[in-house]
Amino acid sequence: MTPRTRLLLVLVGGAGIAALLVAACLRLPDFGGDSHPYGDRAVAASLARQTANTIASVNFDQRAFDTLGEMTILFAAVVGCVVLLRQTRDEHRARPEPADVARPVRRYALIVLPVALVTGLYVIAHGQLSPGGGFQGGVVAATSLHLLYLGADYRALERIRPVGMYEVGDALSASAYLITGLAGLIGSAAFLANTLLPYGTFNTLSSGGTVPLLNAAVGMEVACAVVVLLARFLDQAVEIEEESGK
Amino acid sequence: MDVLPYLVAVWIFLVGCYGLATSRNLIHAVGCLSVCQSATYVLLLAVGYRDDATAPVYSDIEPGSRPVVDPVVQALALTDVVVGATVTALLLALVIQVSKRHGTVDPDELTELRG
Repeated sequence: MTPRTRLLLVLVGGAGIAALLVAACLRLPDFGGDSHPYGDRAVAASLARQTANTIASVNFDQRAFDTLGEMTILFAAVVGCVVLLRQTRDEHRARPEPADVARPVRRYALIVLPVALVTGLYVIAHGQLSPGGGFQGGVVAATSLHLLYLGADYRALERIRPVGMYEVGDALSASAYLITGLAGLIGSAAFLANTLLPYGTFNTLSSGGTVPLLNAAVGMEVACAVVVLLARFLDQAVEIEEESGK
Repeated sequence: MDVLPYLVAVWIFLVGCYGLATSRNLIHAVGCLSVCQSATYVLLLAVGYRDDATAPVYSDIEPGSRPVVDPVVQALALTDVVVGATVTALLLALVIQVSKRHGTVDPDELTELRG
């Protein structure tokens, strides 16, 4: 197929989809409307279980089983990337040479690194109270470590980032989520049911029953997963080279 | 004006599809897929919006004192972001392998099968 006919085909098909989607949009409830039955019920359920951040309550209490699936997708993607980006037979590892870093970059990276790491951990810890949670905080914490790569060099990053440990951490935190769910099955009503622990005082760190536990497990899993993913991509970019003559 | 945010989502989706179909570079195609996916964020958040409402987080507002936007779609948008990030990571890993084995990232040149 020539690019020209393909473009024509895309335009015809796209026009059809556009017409259907616009027709669907015109029948949607008005933007900004007041009728949100599911939202109202989710808020009521969240407040009944002393969870200040309703979104954390939806993710780790009302839809905790879906979050298990979401976490499994992340875990499977990490495994897939590790398999896809492994060192093959016709490649070898080269020691990366230390590179010069501009002084302002180094200074800024080293100042921001601890701040970013603590911010990430803060966002994870306060997931049940304020905006954020395990997913967001995990990404912040994991990327903060990589400021060392920008500010110093790859070897410094490797010293604080033993990838094997993070792979173990990824698996452990995924199992921690499962075990918390199983505890719900044994100790109370159902798998991942949030009826095991006391709900605590509203708007304190220990409120929300199992929400903080699941949130912490997800935070650790996301942080480890992002570190492992970035490590594999950095390996490809920095260390792994094809044999000469290929 | 009531349907404008939904139409923005439709527009973002179609722009992403157009980019995917005309892409000459697999990395660019992965970016276009992310554009398509960001249409779903706009749609989800538009569905959950409520006039004069604030975020559904009660750490600094009194419960019941103000209307809040729909937390269910916000949680769905979070799921969406996570799935989008994992899909992007996997696809980029595949692109690295394609570029190594075939020496090109132009989808039009990837016509032959190779072992």
